Formats: sequence, C-alpha cells, structure tokens
Amino acid sequence: MSFGPHLFLALLEGTVTAFVLALTALGLSLVFGVMRVVNVAHGEFFMLGAVLAWAVSSLIPASPALGFLLALIASPLAVGAVALLADRLVLRRLNYAPEATIVATIGLLYILQQLVLTFYGPYARPVTAPISFRVQFPWFGYSGYKLVVIAAAAALLAATWYLLMRTRIGLVMRATQYDRETAQAFGIPVERVYSGIFALGAMLAATAGVLIVPIQQAHYLMGLDPLLLSFITVIIGGLGSLRGTLVAAFVIGISDGVISVFFSPTLAKIIATLFVALVLVFRPSGLFGSARA
Amino acid sequence: MHTGTRRALLLHLAVLAGLFALQFVLPDYHHRNLARILVLASYAAGYNLLLGYTGLLSLGHAMLFAAGLYGAGLAVQLLGVNAASGFAIGVLSGLALAVAVGLVALRTSGVAFMIVTLMFSQAAFLTTLYFAAFTRGDEGFVLPEASRQYQIGSFFFDLSDPGTRYNFALLLFAACLMATFVLVRSPIGRVLVAIRENEQRTTMLGYHTFRYKLLALAASGAISGAAGAAYALLFSYVGSTFASIQYSILPLLWVLLGGVGTTLGPLIGTVLMFYLVDVISGYTSAYLLLVGVALVLLVLVFPKGILGTVRAKAAPWLP
Amino acid sequence: MAAVTLLATEGLSRHFGGVKAVDGVDFALDRGEIRAIIGPNGAGKTTLVGMICGRIDPSRGRVRFEDRDITGLSAWARVQRGIAYTFQITSVFGGLTCFDNVALAAQRRVHGHRALDREVARLLGRVGLADRAGVVAGVLPYGHQRLLEIALGLALKPKLLILDEPTQGLSDAEIDHFCALIRDVAAEATVLLIEHNMAVVMELAQRITVMDNGRILAEGAPEEIRANPQVQEAYLGS
Repeated sequence: MSFGPHLFLALLEGTVTAFVLALTALGLSLVFGVMRVVNVAHGEFFMLGAVLAWAVSSLIPASPALGFLLALIASPLAVGAVALLADRLVLRRLNYAPEATIVATIGLLYILQQLVLTFYGPYARPVTAPISFRVQFPWFGYSGYKLVVIAAAAALLAATWYLLMRTRIGLVMRATQYDRETAQAFGIPVERVYSGIFALGAMLAATAGVLIVPIQQAHYLMGLDPLLLSFITVIIGGLGSLRGTLVAAFVIGISDGVISVFFSPTLAKIIATLFVALVLVFRPSGLFGSARA
Repeated sequence: MHTGTRRALLLHLAVLAGLFALQFVLPDYHHRNLARILVLASYAAGYNLLLGYTGLLSLGHAMLFAAGLYGAGLAVQLLGVNAASGFAIGVLSGLALAVAVGLVALRTSGVAFMIVTLMFSQAAFLTTLYFAAFTRGDEGFVLPEASRQYQIGSFFFDLSDPGTRYNFALLLFAACLMATFVLVRSPIGRVLVAIRENEQRTTMLGYHTFRYKLLALAASGAISGAAGAAYALLFSYVGSTFASIQYSILPLLWVLLGGVGTTLGPLIGTVLMFYLVDVISGYTSAYLLLVGVALVLLVLVFPKGILGTVRAKAAPWLP
Repeated sequence: MAAVTLLATEGLSRHFGGVKAVDGVDFALDRGEIRAIIGPNGAGKTTLVGMICGRIDPSRGRVRFEDRDITGLSAWARVQRGIAYTFQITSVFGGLTCFDNVALAAQRRVHGHRALDREVARLLGRVGLADRAGVVAGVLPYGHQRLLEIALGLALKPKLLILDEPTQGLSDAEIDHFCALIRDVAAEATVLLIEHNMAVVMELAQRITVMDNGRILAEGAPEEIRANPQVQEAYLGS
C-alpha cells in the first residue's frame, strides 16, 4: 500500500479513536468540572461497561445484534448504578475533599478491577459486532461497524451537549458548577446533582466501553489506557471545559491514530505524558481556570 | 519537653534492637520476608518524609524507587561496577531525579501536584519499557552472582546469604529511620511541618518555602533511591513492575495505614500490609482487592492511621 | 528627613478589577515611631500593608525600605530584611505547640538547642505565655492566640512590626496588657498598627494616618487628627 491510502487508513482509525475518547473524556471532564473531583477510577467504568456488554450479549447467543443492543442499554445503566453507590458510600462522606477523594478513587479503581478479575477472570473475550458488512474502498476494505461506532458516539455526544446546554437539568448542573454555595442557597439539591453527574460521567465511559468491545476484547485491565488518554485529553483541553475536552479529544485521537501507524507507540506515549505534565505546570490558568471563566 | 525526645529515642533504639534480635528466632520464610519488608519500609519512610512531614502527596514515587533500582542494577549489570558503587549510583539517581522533577512539579500544589507526579512517573515507567534492550522490560533481569559478593579489607560479604542480606536491610532501615528522626526534630523539620500546616504563614516568617519543599523531595528521593538500589542488590531482581503506578500507590497505603507523619508508622504499615497481602494471595489472585478496600476505608474512617491515633489518644510525644 | 525614614511608598496602587483598593498612596514611616492607620472598612488599609510586606503585588508604584527599593522582593525576602507582619485573622500554627510556633520564628536568628530554648522562653514570658510552652496552640483561648501571634512577630526581631487589628476580640484587661507590651516593643522596633479601637489608637500612636477610598485623607499627631473636620466627617463623626 502506498503512502496516501496508508494515511487515509490512519485517519479513519484515528477518527474512531477520537470519538470513543471524546465520550470517555467528556465523562471525566464533567465530573471534574462540576464536582471538582479527579476520578482515577474513571477507566474502570469503561472496563466495566465492556465486560458487562460481553455478559449481556452472551445471554442471547442466537442474535448478536439484539444482544448488542441490549448491552448498549443495560450495561451503562448498571455502571451508572455502581457509580451512584460509590458516590453515596464514599465520595459524599469525604465531602468531596480533593486529595482524600483521589486516594479513595484509587481504591475504587483496585476494587472494581479486582472484582472483575475475581468474577470474570483474566480472559480477553470478544463480542460479535452487531453488523458485519465491510465498506470497500479502492485500496482496502474497512469494517462497517467502526463507522457505526463513529455515528453512535457522535449522536451520544450531541445528546449530552443538548442535555447540558438546552434543558433545565443542564442549567441546574451548570449553576452548581459555577458556584456551589449560591446554588445551594437557591434551593438546588447540590448532593443530588453531584450524584447525577457522577453517574452520568460513569455512563458515558461505560457506553464507550460497550462500543469498543466488538473491536477490542473485554479484559479486566483494559481500563488503564483510556484512563490515561482521558486524563491527557482533559488536561490539554482545560479541566472542566467541555468544549476544550472535545477539541482535545479529536486532536489527540486523530494524531494518536496517525502517530501509532508510523512511530513506536511507547515513545509517543512517553512524549505525550511528559508534555501533559508540563502543560499542567506551566499553563495552569488555561487548564484549571477555564472552568470558572 | 526534652524528656519526650529521650523517650522517643529510646523507643526507636528498642525497635531496632528488637528487629536485630528477631533474625535469630524467625523461621526461614519469615526471615526472608522481614528482610524484604525492611527495604520496603525504608522506601515508605522516604515517602512519609514528603507526605507526613511536608504535606505533599506524590502519586509518582515509583519513579524514584525505580531510579535507585535501575541505577544500581544497570550499573552492576552493564558497567560491571561492584555492589557498593552500584548502591551509591542508585542513591544518586533517586536524588537527581527527585530534584529534576521537583524543580518543575513543585510549582504546583494539591491535586495538580498529584497528577503531575503521576504523569512523570508514568513516563518513567514507559521509558523502562522503551529501553527494553537494556532493561528487558516487564520480564526484568537477574543480577550476576559475582556482582553481589564484595570484599572490604579482610571482610567478605555475600549478599545472597540470608543473614548478610537481613543485616544489610536492617542497616538501611536503621539509617533511614534515624535520619528521619533527627531531621524531623531539627529546625529544618520544624519548617517542613510548618509548611504542611500553613505554607503562607511560613512564608511570612521569612522562609523561602519552595527551597524547603525541594529539600524534602530531594531527601525523599535519595531515601527512595537507596531503598530501590538495596532491593536490586539484595534480592537480585530488576524489573519494570517496580516502576509501575502500583509501586507509587503502595507506599501511600503503607504510610496511611501506619500513621501519616509518624516515624515508626511506615514500618508498622508495611509489615501489616505485607502479611495481609501474603495471607490473601493464598486464597485468590485478586489480592489487590485488599489494597483498594484498605485505601477507601483508611481515608473514610481511619485517616490518622495506627500510630497517628495512638499519638492523639495516648502518646503525644511520639515523633 | 531621609536619614530617619525607614519605609516609604511612592504612588502605590492596587486595582482589583475596576475597584481601586489603594490609589496612588505616598506613605512614609520614620524609624522608631508608633504609627496607626485608621479608616472605615474598605478604605484600603489591609491592601496597603499587604503591598508593604509583599503579600500583595502592587498594580503600580514602589516600596522603599531603608533606602532600598524592595518592590520586586518576595514576601519571605522582606521578612528577612526586617519587615514582620502579624495577621488580622489569627493564624498561628494550630497543630504545633507554643514553643514550636515561636521557635519557628526565632530559629533563623538564634542557633543551637540551648540558646533557642532560652530565647523562646524569654519571648513567651514577654507576652505572658511562659507557662504555655508545651500547649498546642490551637486549644489556646483566642486572646492568648493573639498574644502568641505577637510573640511570633517579636521573635523575628523586626525593624518594622506591622500589626493588623491586634486588639480585635480582646478583653479590656487583655488590651491594657497589649498596650504596655507595644510601648515596650517600640523601644526596639518601628510599629505600624491598623486598628479600629480608637482608645488604643489614641493611647499608643505618635502619629495617625487616616485612609478613605484607597487614598490618604489626613496625617498628623493624635490631637490634630481629632481636630481635623474632614476626618470627623469621613470617619470619626459617623
């Protein structure tokens, strides 16, 4: 294959990565933006979504498409319930104190990961894609399902955007993000909003996990990479800024796709990680501050 | 005021004497474990210097431990230096990395400091994988037998001998324990605690707090590096697992359990956690579940840890 | 005049958004005096001393101390040159003992265990907390925390001691004790006082600076200030 088609393939792969990353990172960004909580267990919600998708779809072995659709609904709901529980039992009791919350979510990361290891095992299991046609380009064939992933993720992003910007619930959320005390004084049930946001963030990650599982198998350690990438995305995009998160997800997703085709992925990750650390140190106002602006 | 210092000093010496005596009564299995625990507790003591006495929560100490581990391991393996020089190189690697990271990361504080150290450490971990030609990545490498034998004058050491290994581990721990004890009782230690309590106020007493934080991080890095180097030389294995995030979380857990900001807490936390994990892994491969549950419970219901609670309730003189 | 001037500000300003908290203030302080700054709430007193001790960066203007420009120096460096600031809201180290609190301030100047012990005991004795050395500062009653705060200031052996509302929340007996203490301190250091309690101001201050709306409204001896009709209108009369 010559250079042009090779680049085109890389761009296609990058776009898939970008949309899945945008969903995952949006969840992390929401949770930080509204609650000021850095959720280290976010990647585990992604993993849980994927593993539950395997469990649900294996209930209906006769019809992969039906099984997958069921998983797409049931799995995020179940993960949302887990997140609600974690918020009630742990985060709320810590009064969302920043440092204690990080330590607690690290604990949560291990708990979820190791419970999955206990009950699901150390296997990597595939889920059959709901559709199996291939799009035929002049140079190569491409999985039709990956295009479905792009469409589904785009629809979900739009729906989340609508929820936050055009509905009363979104208004309440944004008011809480802007000023917690004032929101409380105006009768907004801040604790319920926090629970809702935490669950919503987890559900976004879980949905991304469900969408990815026909491409990448379900495994109990699969949450670590999305966690790191989401962190990078959210920091580059400006913590708490949803628009920034989306822009960063596309820049990072597509460049990641392109870079990993041409360069060593480990080296790319090293450079990206260092770069993000430096951004966080030297551009803190553009990162932590933008949420307040 | 100074009777407290004397009592604390006696307690520390008694603990060290007890650890020395234990080697004569412990069965082989626990003898080996305790040697390992002493090295890891030294690492925890280095971590505690930063978290407990300066109030800085790092999520990236694995890179400092790994700097010592690889500094010593690669020097011995590739350059063929002897064990003592390898150890010195390990300590210096931990120190140098801590200073370099500190100059950048200490411009932030709180949550940002946690994430920045996490990112740097992740980059260091990936670096050990990237240079797999030298480090052999995940698989790691074993140090040659000859490199662990060492002659000083007429004394001959063999670090693979369990007794020698135990006493070197104890020596390292004793040095770290007494160094932290002296440091936290010194004027510098007083400034570090003041920074933990209220950094702004400390500035208004004429202290350039950045320098003190850098000093604390450097000392913490040197101790973590020493522990890493000792681990490589005593247990003869060097692998990238020790650079992974898990090895940044473990010292945090040990210190939280034993008591943040207590000199003996890191030892107690490391011993307890080591044996808890040891027991659990007999039943399940998901032993890290215990780490998660312990972390959540500690921040939720037991934030002072064991010795911190003892100090608050019964023994305010504990350093 | 220049020989005795300890501190001078030239056109010092600080704007917060559109609000001019301090607006082009020329303020001078002589060596050895006790000066009070008074003015209604929001007059810019705390912002002014904040810029003098380096806690707040000025938007414009310069600060000179002992004939050296210190505008670019950080707070800690100014403390090392002899400017000490005690906080309006008491902020002693609540988790540390009284001994450790004072030792922190004194140990840059006094070295060695014994000498430090003696110096801390002397300072605690001076503010009347001699028997509290081993007590954790956070459990002290409020008045005692204020005294400890002053002991911290004294321990720095400053050339200029800035006290921000030192008598707030003190009882009458404690205020008398405090006034005696400050007169005593003035023998070694210049004292700059932000104070609302006019009895304290009139008793202690040799000169008074009145601020209003970020500017200096009047300056003079206590009698002059008391007699100044402008000041009466803006502040005393209300």
